[in-house]
Amino acid sequence: MKLTLRIWRQKGPADRGGMVAYDVPDASADMSFLELLDVLNERLTESGEEPVAFDHDCREGICGACSLVIDGVPHGPQKATTTCQLHLRHFRDGQTIDVEPWRAAAFPVVKDLVVDRSGLDRIIEAGGYVTAPTGSAPEAHATPIAKADADAAFEAATCIGCGACVAACPNGSAMLFTAAKATHLGLLPQGRVEQDTRVEAMIHAHDEADFGGCTNTGECTAVCPKGIPLGVIGRFNGDVLGALWRGR
Amino acid sequence: MATLTRAPASAGRRRQGASHRSTVVMKIAMAISGAVLLAYLTAHMLGNLKIFFGESSFDHYAHWLRTIGEPLVPHEGTLWIIRAALTASVVVHMAMAILLTRRARRARPVKYAHRPPVQGSYAARTMRWGGVIIALFVVYHLLDLTVGVANPVGASGKPYTNVTADFEHWYITAIYTVAVVAVGFHLRHGVWSMTRTLGRQRPGTERLIARISTGYAVLMTVGFLSVPFAVTVGIVG
Amino acid sequence: MDPHTEYTENTESAESAGRTGYARYTVGAEIADHAAPAGDLAGRWEQRRLAARLVNPANRRRLPVIVVGTGLAGASAAATLAELGHPVTSFCYQDSPRRAHSIAAQGGINAAKNYRGDGDSVARLFKDTIKGGDFRARESNVHRLAEVSTQIIDQCVAQGVPFARDYGGLLDTRSFGGAQVSRTFYARGQTGQQLLLGAYQAMSRQVAAGNVTVHARTEMLDLVVVDGRARGVVVRDLVTGEVTTHLAEAVVLATGGYGNAYFLSTNAMGCNASAVWRAHRRGALFANPCFTQIHPTCIPVSGEHQSKLTLMSESLRNDGRVWVPTTGGDTRAPGNIPAAERDYFLERMYPAFGNLVPRDIASRAAKRVCDEGRGVGPGGLGVYLDFADAIERLGAPAVEEKYGNLFAMYERITGEDPYTVPMRIYPAVHYTMGGLWVDYDLQSTIPGLFVIGEANFSDHGANRLGASALMQGLADGYFVLPTTLTHYLAAGPFAPVDADDPELVATQAGVQDRVKRLLTIDGDLSADHFHRELGLLMWEKCGMERDAAGLREALARIPELRAQFWSRLRVPGTGAGLNQSLEKAGRVADFLELAELMCLDALHREESCGGHFRAEHQSPGGEAARDDEAFAYVAAWEYTDGPPILHRERLTFDNVTLATRNYA
Ligand SMILES: Cc1cc2nc3c(=O)[nH]c(=O)nc-3n(C[C@H](O)[C@H](O)[C@H](O)COP(=O)(O)OP(=O)(O)OC[C@H]3O[C@@H](n4cnc5c(N)ncnc54)[C@H](O)[C@@H]3O)c2cc1C
Ligand code: HEM
Ligand code: SF4
Ligand code: FES
Repeated sequence: MKLTLRIWRQKGPADRGGMVAYDVPDASADMSFLELLDVLNERLTESGEEPVAFDHDCREGICGACSLVIDGVPHGPQKATTTCQLHLRHFRDGQTIDVEPWRAAAFPVVKDLVVDRSGLDRIIEAGGYVTAPTGSAPEAHATPIAKADADAAFEAATCIGCGACVAACPNGSAMLFTAAKATHLGLLPQGRVEQDTRVEAMIHAHDEADFGGCTNTGECTAVCPKGIPLGVIGRFNGDVLGALWRGR
Repeated sequence: MATLTRAPASAGRRRQGASHRSTVVMKIAMAISGAVLLAYLTAHMLGNLKIFFGESSFDHYAHWLRTIGEPLVPHEGTLWIIRAALTASVVVHMAMAILLTRRARRARPVKYAHRPPVQGSYAARTMRWGGVIIALFVVYHLLDLTVGVANPVGASGKPYTNVTADFEHWYITAIYTVAVVAVGFHLRHGVWSMTRTLGRQRPGTERLIARISTGYAVLMTVGFLSVPFAVTVGIVG
Repeated sequence: MDPHTEYTENTESAESAGRTGYARYTVGAEIADHAAPAGDLAGRWEQRRLAARLVNPANRRRLPVIVVGTGLAGASAAATLAELGHPVTSFCYQDSPRRAHSIAAQGGINAAKNYRGDGDSVARLFKDTIKGGDFRARESNVHRLAEVSTQIIDQCVAQGVPFARDYGGLLDTRSFGGAQVSRTFYARGQTGQQLLLGAYQAMSRQVAAGNVTVHARTEMLDLVVVDGRARGVVVRDLVTGEVTTHLAEAVVLATGGYGNAYFLSTNAMGCNASAVWRAHRRGALFANPCFTQIHPTCIPVSGEHQSKLTLMSESLRNDGRVWVPTTGGDTRAPGNIPAAERDYFLERMYPAFGNLVPRDIASRAAKRVCDEGRGVGPGGLGVYLDFADAIERLGAPAVEEKYGNLFAMYERITGEDPYTVPMRIYPAVHYTMGGLWVDYDLQSTIPGLFVIGEANFSDHGANRLGASALMQGLADGYFVLPTTLTHYLAAGPFAPVDADDPELVATQAGVQDRVKRLLTIDGDLSADHFHRELGLLMWEKCGMERDAAGLREALARIPELRAQFWSRLRVPGTGAGLNQSLEKAGRVADFLELAELMCLDALHREESCGGHFRAEHQSPGGEAARDDEAFAYVAAWEYTDGPPILHRERLTFDNVTLATRNYA
């Protein structure tokens, strides 16, 4: 199949950048979207042009590195699917596709389609953990955890930290990410102890990193490759309110 | 020459901030102020329906509003308390709206070539402009029916006359319609959003809450619009 | 008489062309692991811990450590060392430590908890691992691994790792290949992700505390060795292009495996051998480079554009049944082939373990039936993994609960629905048992250079059992390294390294020269082009089945390819800033050197064991034929500018009896 890609090219953080069109006449429906870019890049390299820079690593939808906005939708048109797992069978022959980086002040463009998402790491550093230094752990079976809680914690913990939620949010908010992590830990007895300080520190770090405030539009959940539900945000808000109430 | 970095000695714990000025707290302030406005709006709408019971009933109701709590509080005392609470709520609500909107703009400095909304709730996307329309309308509404300077009649203490005078003009009905529909949309997302902001929901209740929000918004819209249309069509007045 | 002199003569093709190939090696002194205490196997770790020197908490701050890699091994080590009070500088090439390749591990992690009461114990896990590794691993290391396995689960649960639980709220387990007990703990099909997030979070806590400094998007390009001790690393900041040197009292490599030497593998695109290869060139011995694991259950190749292969977790073999049609050329849809015309070949050949035989055995069996012309799917390179029986027995919802995300992944990639059509799978390169040689303390032959996780060779012998890599990475990082590294550091701080130390300056200059060279060849072919060609060659000649002729061919071809690489490579752009072509080129350059050592090692090991199957050495039934008399040793290779030097570490087995593996 033949596809035309309009790709955001930007030499570096200071460059203005713009969309550039490329034809890929020899795409195949079995290819993944990133393999399409591989084919284009191989051609660009051999003709002496700089290939398109984009983040990727595992190519199995788990590392959270890949991060393309495809026709205006983070991770593209297929629901609950990362860019690397998106296959061309979801596109029409002859289609023109826009490819852009995640756009948010908190995610400055490094080059082309590569952005800096370290703001998400700052949020985890602020409190997205359980304080359990190595060697201090009690026997694992000492605390049974209701299956429902364990399962719900797991669901929230499947977040891959890709940042698509931020890219989709009209406010550039990272609340889905932040709340997913806080929910994962808050649902487990091990994590409940530092719940109050955790949520306060995390929301503070979230705001410090220039993410916007949440208005519950739900754009984030709609594009989240792991289907993290919007409910985690409500839960997180309640936890912040609770922490304030208890006056920490 | 390459630079050389010697591993640093421990730097000590980074300060962790407090969250009392966080975006979540701002949203909580919006939700609480919104809830106050919501309560008022509901009462206001129900009060408006008195007009269907005739002129004296409606005017009496307006008069009663000014005498609540007497003689414990002076004349119009309760009304002023309500007005003060409403003003405070409006100020907080709008201030937070402005701060959060500015923040959101800063958080997305470069726009997408095109970005079709995936979730696509119209109400959610129009909260800010809808809010501005409501604010402008509230000013007009106060000048029209509270102060009276913008009313075709502007008779003090005779709300029934003023209201019916308004809606004999199609363009005033149109203005009110636009505004009330804007309020309707605002409430559709506002009520939903408020429940998210104020707390933890059990998973799976989302759809129910969304339905309740829609139902409430529709009821409010219909309730408010019934008055101008009743007048325009001639059922009242 | 050395049995390997045959190859030392056989150097014609490589040498006459004037290339620096080394289809030749010399034999050096034997080596031994002097770090492990003697005495009762079960008491060795306790004894080692007792004998290890400690560092006073106040002094730890003056003993900084570099940890390269943030996978399970690196992140757990960085977190623990920092908790002890050592300043840690950590590096990874991804944009966040949380994205290290460990995140992709699906199936689970082993631990001898015996929660099922099904007869598991430390001793049994030890035995299973030694046997699974086809008796090519060190007893002392493996026993320690089995011992600490139980602590790992405790630690992870304390961190909030959401393992699967049963309705009583207790931890659930499942079975993995090579074991008859159910000792594999899991978090749906995302165990690696959950464990890594746990370690990453523990490390993040130390970042906030100021004890860990993370340099993400930073690649290690060389090791700094001064006065015989590892003292630092030369790295390139992938965003700014700046080359810098970081110094510390010790260096830990946790940089993962080198499966990407095959181009197509289940490893992430960026997995590379550069860190270990550069350390090898600086003097660290490289052990058993030919021991690679080919995983039986991967999604088959679909076309030449293919950039990587996707694993379907081994856990699927708990419930999926592997089969091919009994006769070749059967083009009927799988559902239309009656049971009588299906060959459930694993169940037929290995009734005791059935579909749960170890990976090497399952892979070779699949290859054999495909070679017989009975493979399914495009090119006949695939076998069915069928869930019809499981769905009938357990119901579709139960199957979805267990494997939902794997099924979804399969469908996204292939466009086929595994609930109704059997999966098609084929073996693919997955893991490398070989790696830098380390002693019981996980220290390489360069003092102060410690190697943990998949990057070392230590615990899996010639074949790793499923769910044991996660166990090893975390055992190394949380429990073993902190003890043994502390012992080393107790002798520090070592003499400060001067900025103009000649060894340091030469190392830095070497890195910069190499970057410049890669950028200025200005040929006409991309690094990917060479990588693809190397990968294909390795897969064919040094893959699931190897023979002397093929390996010799590869040994002749690789130097040619390398020469071509250094004359025809094109890397667009500059070194000042993000340049993914440059990163790739550097990695391929190192694979082009390592691949040769892999082939040489495979050629010299005239036996079949575990993942290393030499066609010349098989039983009449087609099983691997080990030669314990000649080859019960670790092959540790020393780098020289000429032919490498082989050092043997003899393996002795006092606690298990050397036996032919039998899973039938
Ligand atoms: C698809 C898949 C599924 C698997 N499933 C299982 C399973 O179910 N159970 C199991 O036990 N094992 C499994 N394994 C194996 C296991 O995941 C790995 O062996 C293990 O995670 C390796 O961990 P590590 O910490 O050694 O290295 P990795 O996790 O690979 O981390 C390497 C780190 O080193 C860094 N790095 C590498 N090179 C450089 C450099 N030059 N400079 C700077 N940094 C560098 C990387 O950035 C990364 O942080 C699986 C493997 C794969 C591929
Ligand atoms: C009739 C009076 C009003 C009522 C009853 C009302 C009610 C609400 C409620 C309940 C919310 C939800 C708060 C939350 O998410 O927690 C809300 C949000 C909001 N309101 Fe109002 N509001 C009114 C007037 C206004 C005005 C005058 C403005 C404009 C300045 C405004 C702007 C906003 C904005 C921007 C939001 C946030 C949007 C979001 O969460 O998606 N509102 N309002
Ligand atoms: S919540 Fe979803 S979209 Fe956001 S970072 Fe996590 S996985 Fe990505
Ligand atoms: S490349 Fe890892 S999630 Fe897409």
